[in-house]
Amino acid sequence: MPGALLPLLHAIQDDIGYVPELAYPLIAKALSLSVAEVHGVVTFYHHFRTHQPGRHILQVCRAESCQAMGSDALEIHIKNKLGVEFHETTPDGTFTLEPIYCLGNCACSPSVMINEEVYGRVDNKKIDQLISDLKSTS
Amino acid sequence: MSIKIFVPIDSTALSLGANEVAEAISKEAQAKKLDIQIIRNSSRGLFWLETLVELETPQGRIGFGPITPSDVKSLFDADFINGGKHPLALGLVGEIDWLKKQERLTFVRMGITEPANIDQYMAHDGFQGLKNALNLKPEAIVETITASGLRGRGGAAFPTGIKWKTVLDTKATQKYIVCNADEGDSGTYSDRMIMEGDPFVLIEGMIIAGLAVGATQGYIYLRSEYPHALKTLNEAIRQATKIGYLGEDILKSGKSFHLEVRRAAGAYICGEETSMLESLEGKRGLVRFKPPLPAIEGLFGKPTVVNNVISLATVPIILAKGAKYYQDFGMGKSRGTLPIQLAGNLKRTGLVEKAFGITLRELLYDFGGGSLSGKPIKAVQVGGPLGAYLPESQFDTPLDYEKFSEIWAVLGHGGIVAFDETVNMAKMARYAFDFCAIESCGKCTPCRIGSTRGVEVIDHIMQGHDVKKHVALIRDLSDTMLNGSLCALGGMTPYPVLSALNHFPKDFGVDAKEPKA
Repeated sequence: MPGALLPLLHAIQDDIGYVPELAYPLIAKALSLSVAEVHGVVTFYHHFRTHQPGRHILQVCRAESCQAMGSDALEIHIKNKLGVEFHETTPDGTFTLEPIYCLGNCACSPSVMINEEVYGRVDNKKIDQLISDLKSTS
Repeated sequence: MSIKIFVPIDSTALSLGANEVAEAISKEAQAKKLDIQIIRNSSRGLFWLETLVELETPQGRIGFGPITPSDVKSLFDADFINGGKHPLALGLVGEIDWLKKQERLTFVRMGITEPANIDQYMAHDGFQGLKNALNLKPEAIVETITASGLRGRGGAAFPTGIKWKTVLDTKATQKYIVCNADEGDSGTYSDRMIMEGDPFVLIEGMIIAGLAVGATQGYIYLRSEYPHALKTLNEAIRQATKIGYLGEDILKSGKSFHLEVRRAAGAYICGEETSMLESLEGKRGLVRFKPPLPAIEGLFGKPTVVNNVISLATVPIILAKGAKYYQDFGMGKSRGTLPIQLAGNLKRTGLVEKAFGITLRELLYDFGGGSLSGKPIKAVQVGGPLGAYLPESQFDTPLDYEKFSEIWAVLGHGGIVAFDETVNMAKMARYAFDFCAIESCGKCTPCRIGSTRGVEVIDHIMQGHDVKKHVALIRDLSDTMLNGSLCALGGMTPYPVLSALNHFPKDFGVDAKEPKA
């Protein structure tokens, strides 16, 4: 497959949730690249993680349309509620919080994405409910 | 015969509970022993009415919206299936003013058909353009696109026909069609709607592009933020391949075209065409120097057509109905229609496809209904995070690439984000620099360092430190980024920054307009 590195990294992350550094030499060997090149690609893209995330990934849209509809306040509320900053995982391993720059759901801002499902017109009450539903299922 | 009820499957509808609505309808119908069929159609793009439930009647489809799962019981209690009245009834959907006033060419099937259903695509005039193209020589296809006046809908507005001609005229053993589906601009969602809602129109456009320039391989470089689009596109490619519209010997014409979706990985810069090509090749998405143009040395060093989703999705109707049909829409050098995306603080947000020439004011108030908060609209950003902020005094500007240039703004991908009077424009200018700093590929200094420095300087301004001096510094820095950056990310970040400063100086703590950079 030409240009196989990104599809390969996606496959690994889809499978185990992140791309471990241990895999770099194996990937490099398979694609005739240097380990530095693999490292360079993994770290260039926001989508790829180098550490195991929490069981649920909560992404908050920070782009303009969501800002126009109050995402700043929502972001603060979520950070306080979970007790973590962006790129952090709650101590119980339930949630990893990430910023995202546009979910393409701008007609119903503000939006969040949880485990690849988008939620629109999110307010504090709605996010509290979503978080509590996920807590009870995990 | 069972009664057909339509519940959209578009991401935005899903984000408001469309799956739960469909489930509730199914349960109620079962409990009442009604023979119904739920069809998961694409969205009409009237997002303020989602979830928009439609009922097929002999007169046409009747709409109900916005429907939440808790409204479903009342719909059945009102006997909506047999014409019973309900407060959320909208009448015939095709007659809704918002929809009726539009000129839908690219989005003609949106909301009507099921997304990954090739039979429905064909029943609604799909593949007519491809069939016509198969009877034309490559030069004639390129000529049709040139004559239509189609310009790239991704932002730069370069004439599509000229790009295609360059690829056609370049000799090579292999050529490629690459669809740039890394739509990352805030306020835009038309690409997503096409890919989730009418994927075959994009596939058809790409096959036609392949025939036009002699390319046998296509890639759709898709945002990782769009998981539903990924599933729908792959299913559509599978169906099109199965019946011989994709792959070897298309419709027994002797021509071939293969298509594959490749996932992007969340880097905004990969919306820039050369970064995207680097990324497709499996590298860091660093911007390439131009020339050579991708049309001459593109993917894997071969001639490559790089077009945006909407440009390619507009190709089938041009080939189906002719260049003149398309060319007759629009104004000046902006021909045809633009799918405009209303977003942010508006009462009625959604997709409006109109011929070029409609004004911002008509879009914001006639279609958008003014702000959702009820407060005056203070600023509108057009064309994504690198687009200028426009004040009320510029709302009468018609949507036209050249008219926007005249007021030092861009139309970009047609995304419109409205802000009410509570917005602080210094904060938005800071965000523009910050976004550029987060997303810069790092290859050129003005973008990499200028953006970080911009955040620091605006912080001084927002804290009231030596404001005049720091405002002058912002202008100087913006000038360097405008003229010294390698690509549009650094080169256009000054648009939101300086437009905010020029139109809303009070938010920066300066009274009068300073000279523009």
